[in-house]
Amino acid sequence: MYAERIIATPALGRLTGPGPGPVTTLRYVVARDLTLAVRRRGDVLGSLIFFVIVVSLFPLGVGPDINVLRSMAPGIVWVAALLAVMLSLGRLFAADYTDGTLEQFMLSPEPLIILVLGKVLAHWLVSGLPLVLMTPVLAAQYDLPPASTAMLMAALLMGTPVLSLIGAIGAALTLGLRGGGVLISLLVLPLYVPVLIFGAGAVEADAVGLGGQAHLSLLGACLALALAFAPWATSAALRIAME
Amino acid sequence: MLSATQLECVRGDRRLFSDVSFAIDPGGLLHVEGRNGCGKTSLMRLLCGLSRPERGQIRWRGAPISELGEEYRADVLYLAHSNGVKDELSALENLLASARIGGEPLSEDGAREALAALGLHGREDLPAKLLSQGQKRRVALARLTTTRKPLWLLDEPVASLDRSAATWFESMLATHLGRGGVVVLTTHQEVCTPSGSSQHLRLAD
Repeated sequence: MYAERIIATPALGRLTGPGPGPVTTLRYVVARDLTLAVRRRGDVLGSLIFFVIVVSLFPLGVGPDINVLRSMAPGIVWVAALLAVMLSLGRLFAADYTDGTLEQFMLSPEPLIILVLGKVLAHWLVSGLPLVLMTPVLAAQYDLPPASTAMLMAALLMGTPVLSLIGAIGAALTLGLRGGGVLISLLVLPLYVPVLIFGAGAVEADAVGLGGQAHLSLLGACLALALAFAPWATSAALRIAME
Repeated sequence: MLSATQLECVRGDRRLFSDVSFAIDPGGLLHVEGRNGCGKTSLMRLLCGLSRPERGQIRWRGAPISELGEEYRADVLYLAHSNGVKDELSALENLLASARIGGEPLSEDGAREALAALGLHGREDLPAKLLSQGQKRRVALARLTTTRKPLWLLDEPVASLDRSAATWFESMLATHLGRGGVVVLTTHQEVCTPSGSSQHLRLAD
């Protein structure tokens, strides 16, 4: 059998020297969440497969009229992305909440806002970025020209982080509630509307020759705004949920 | 070091306890007792600052904890009912993660040594979901061997531990109190504590 023993205990008091710093902490939380995502592949793949299936079903349902498909493609990809991200939001804090890790986050001397930002960044890397990368394959089903596909990817690249950031607020607010999944969609989907409009609009404007830059700039503004406010609002919501 | 004056805790529309006061000196231990549902865990959550008391004040080194913020959190080690052990991570990764999040990064060797001290030698790299309830508790308790934090808030630390691990825990407590640490503890089991410095707080309902 194994025997328990006391090992040399360190003296009391803080570790001297500067702390690890926000960037190291951020990187640490991202790495931890990515490890967890890899070990729980099924959950992550679920929402990605959902995205692929939804986008692929439309051409089958609508029929092979190329002009109709082309004009519908950006909107469909964006709506499917919204829904796929929303499906994955429930997982953002739920596991940490049940097993007590979230309590440890609250009690960490590191600022909660950094920990939250790390979790959101990891969420985007596993639930948002893959959507961007799969888009060229899916766009082929709609015969989207390469220029439009590139614009769609650029818009998704700027828009999906906003979806994760805003979604985190909803996930934190509905933490521990029964039927939180329905509530989260009611809370979050209306806030996704601007991203949807600018995101799909960028591709359409580009296709008719107006250029998508204006829409991309607006998406960038959404991203900046969300980056500034969402982690803060999420931290506040988490504190309320944990009380 | 840690003192509370006339704490009152209300959950929903039920008053769990009121007029709870105590003061613990360095090297002191407070043993919180009471029936299930009398508010032991709520008191712990008040003490670590997760929730706020309805009335009353908690002070650490003379300053209210609500004002200390991060400075207080750097001094507190809270082991909750739930172990904070992730099923998908190995015992080693769990210990490294909880130390890192607690602001006290561990080296891998240090973490292995701590786990070995808790009788988990050879199981460090197993996913925590393959460990028994008691072994998960041991992973959580392994933090105690390496931490430098002076204030330990331990909610049911010996639940699901076997006798030898409980004995280990008692000597760990004695060591911590001996170096001037402060412990607040809730438990239903008998825990032998150094008698001189320990107080009992009974939460009535």
